[in-house]
Amino acid sequence: MSRRKDNYETSRWLKFKKWVDGETDLLSIGMEPEVPVSSEGKERRRDLARRKAYDQELIRLSAEHADKTAIMKARSIRYFQKFYKVMSVILCLGIILVLLWTVASLPVTGNADNPANNEVAARYIEKGLQETGAVNIVTGMILDYRAFDTFGESCVLFIASCCVLVLLRLDADSKNENIRKMIAESDDRHFEPKNDIILQKCACVLVPVIMIFGIYIVLNGHLSPGGGFSGGAVLGSGLILYLNAYGYDRMSRLFTEKVYKRTTLCALTFYCLAKSYSFFTGANHLESGIPLGTPGAILSSGLILPLNICVGLVVACTMYAFYTLFRKGGM
Amino acid sequence: MNFVQNFPFFSIILAMFSGIVSSVLDGRKARNLSLAMIAVTTALSAGTLLFCLGSGESYTFMMGHFPAPWGNEIRAGILEGVTAIFFGIIMFLAVLGGLDHTAEDVEEKKLNLFYIMIDLMLSSLLALVYTNDLFTAYVFVEINTIAGCGLIMIRQKGRSMSAAIRYMIMSQLGSGLFLIGLSILYDVTGHLLMSPARESVELLVAAGSYRIPMLVIMAVIGVGLAIKSGLYPFHYWIPDTYGYATPTASAVLSGLVSKGYIFLLIKIFYRVLGYDNLVSSQMVNVLYVFGITGMVMGSIHAIHETDTRRMTAYSSVAQIGYIYMGMGLGTSYGMVAAVFHIFTHSATKALLFISAVGLYEVSGDKKDYISLRGAGYRNPLAGIGFTVGALSMVGFPMLSGFISKLLFATSALESPHKMLPTIIVLAVSTTLNAVYFLRLVITLYSRRRPEDAPIPETRARSSWQLRLAILCFIGVNLVLGLASQPIVQAIRDGLAMFG
Amino acid sequence: MIQHLSLNIEETAAVILFGIGFTILLLHRNLIKKIMGMNIMDTATYLFLASKGYITGRAVPIVVDGVQEVSAYINPVPSGLVLTGIVVSVSTTALMLSLTIRLYERYHSLDLDEILILAKEEERT
Repeated sequence: MSRRKDNYETSRWLKFKKWVDGETDLLSIGMEPEVPVSSEGKERRRDLARRKAYDQELIRLSAEHADKTAIMKARSIRYFQKFYKVMSVILCLGIILVLLWTVASLPVTGNADNPANNEVAARYIEKGLQETGAVNIVTGMILDYRAFDTFGESCVLFIASCCVLVLLRLDADSKNENIRKMIAESDDRHFEPKNDIILQKCACVLVPVIMIFGIYIVLNGHLSPGGGFSGGAVLGSGLILYLNAYGYDRMSRLFTEKVYKRTTLCALTFYCLAKSYSFFTGANHLESGIPLGTPGAILSSGLILPLNICVGLVVACTMYAFYTLFRKGGM
Repeated sequence: MNFVQNFPFFSIILAMFSGIVSSVLDGRKARNLSLAMIAVTTALSAGTLLFCLGSGESYTFMMGHFPAPWGNEIRAGILEGVTAIFFGIIMFLAVLGGLDHTAEDVEEKKLNLFYIMIDLMLSSLLALVYTNDLFTAYVFVEINTIAGCGLIMIRQKGRSMSAAIRYMIMSQLGSGLFLIGLSILYDVTGHLLMSPARESVELLVAAGSYRIPMLVIMAVIGVGLAIKSGLYPFHYWIPDTYGYATPTASAVLSGLVSKGYIFLLIKIFYRVLGYDNLVSSQMVNVLYVFGITGMVMGSIHAIHETDTRRMTAYSSVAQIGYIYMGMGLGTSYGMVAAVFHIFTHSATKALLFISAVGLYEVSGDKKDYISLRGAGYRNPLAGIGFTVGALSMVGFPMLSGFISKLLFATSALESPHKMLPTIIVLAVSTTLNAVYFLRLVITLYSRRRPEDAPIPETRARSSWQLRLAILCFIGVNLVLGLASQPIVQAIRDGLAMFG
Repeated sequence: MIQHLSLNIEETAAVILFGIGFTILLLHRNLIKKIMGMNIMDTATYLFLASKGYITGRAVPIVVDGVQEVSAYINPVPSGLVLTGIVVSVSTTALMLSLTIRLYERYHSLDLDEILILAKEEERT
């Protein structure tokens, strides 16, 4: 008997019915995140549950006493929720229809005569190699023709990492009581080193390969697909794998917050100064005096190689910093 | 090429560079660097403006070795110069006025991060003002958004963080729409720089091709930037955002961030899409309708509000409505009025937020009407500052708000179909403004009643920086109100250069 | 219209995804799902841009054997824009996720409405 009831409670039909009634979310059952162990959270959760039960009780009571205003209120909330769902579907369909209407009158994909394939793209392709020295035309475009955008983009990454630092970095010598408590809670160093033999052996083999591959991508950004951003992401993932296998103690020999700060500072400063020099000479019609080298050689294409290295360093450090901050609030 | 022409580029790079360097400085040094940087960039902008006034025309500046359709460019003219100077001044005063509160609200170790946000915020605002490239505009819009979010949530209180995530969500909606608009524009024109894109837009309009995509581009870019600047139906993030951030952040966000987006929108209208095309496609009427609804609804929300800081924030919604209404009039006079109101509003709203801080200091950091009763006597300068700001918003003669209302009213006479609704709504909105602002001013100068709770002793006096900032803000307001002629003329010339 | 859409099949898909992502970001109450919606929206835009740069039968824009004719390669501009855009969306995602973490630590909820109510109550006490 009880078994049947259990089945009924988890049956798809009931879930669907609840969803239709607007009580639950179709996907949310089974996807609810576990409540963390902190006692304060549990209490708050219980508080919420109590409040919810109280609200329902109130609605039921008032229904019995035929208190019209309460019924009206409950009903209006339910109507509002239904209205909200309907409106969201309508909005979604509306946006899609408007944009489809636009797409229907846009030029056909893959056609060489489209307005986008004009003299701008033509010059990048025809003269890019001579003017920037980069075999990879896209790299030449983003780091030379449209370098200001790319500098802005590095700054986006920089400022996002600053924001994440503000939010998640926990300063150990902070005066605030709560923060010290949070540090104690989030510190997972005492689980380390985990000494997971499979992970460590795999990392032992993989990390060097990943690092070399990342460095290859960064250094060959002007010759083949890749560049600072993709290579930096690969390098960052190598660092994260090493950290997971060997723990913070081993990692802190190689990489601390100081190293992170200095690397980002040096890389971004070099980027900023190099590009300022190039913008300044360009706008004032001066010779920049930076040799472009033989196209196809590793040491070629002027500033693009050093800039790629800078971007690679920044991205690798930022990815690693994001990971450590998200995990335990500090490097 | 004259050396002065490098100044816009120098000011953008300088702001970014000081942001990067601040990451290794401690809070105090980062603060001094930031203040010095803002002063220097403002001076550089002044140099640019003088050069443009002297030569009488705008110029473009190549960012790199390649000319217009290939490489990035920035562009400087009279309007850009005026706006950059103005943004610099407001930024400087807002940072100065909130110094000690910033130091209180932000953890000491993270103070330098706050000034990184300020530096990069200024660089992105300058880049939005000077840019001549649509994709550069997108990248710097994102920097601006993230820096704005950082400024809000650096106060690490529950409400400021929930406000930050709301701000972020709405901004991302706006950025998404803006980016898809740019993509469609790139698809039909093949250009990302403003000047060549404008030429191909003109050709397309003349040939009558791609009519639907052009309409959708206008709508999508307009709505995207309107969401980010907080036009009426998309304003839900504004009160929390302005209400719970640290004072400097509130002043910067309300005074500058939304104005940066509006300036970019005006630039795109004039320099890419063509204002005449917008008028003929009726798109301006949509802005107009949203604008006048915002003027009324923002004020009504403000009247309902009991928290004075949120009330000031809701009044921003109404004032943003004024600006869009001016843009929506469809005449160049309306646009001049709108640009002038950008200046008015950023000066006045920053003054209100900063001087309100002085009033909260003497009222136990409470922000409701009852606690503020008599605060004008307890902190006379802040009281005067708030009164000046409130009178300016209401449109008292001699102050900047009066000039913008006058400009709006006269420009409404130029457009026959919109004259009547504009004048009526202007009158209604002014009355509503007066209702909630004067109510607060009267509260500030009424005697405390015996049944009021005693005020907890806080600080004896506001810091000299706060008082100096209030005085300077009052000065800026008076300058805008009394010497408006040359500024209006400069705006007119600058807009003519845009076309 | 349908025929033209079938020719522009990538853009059609991109636009539909954009609408879905936009609506999730705007109207879903769960913060994690909002972030997912934001990513769907951004990625849809990149699909749109990437398909705009594609030209049938041409190669990636990396010069091979010194061939530098326009007819050999696809349009490099959208590829560069997508590259820039991806970094921007990584940054915003990281920022949103860290905000979500902090809010979850504080309020033990991912429901934005609930967080707003709790924040209001917290301020009152």
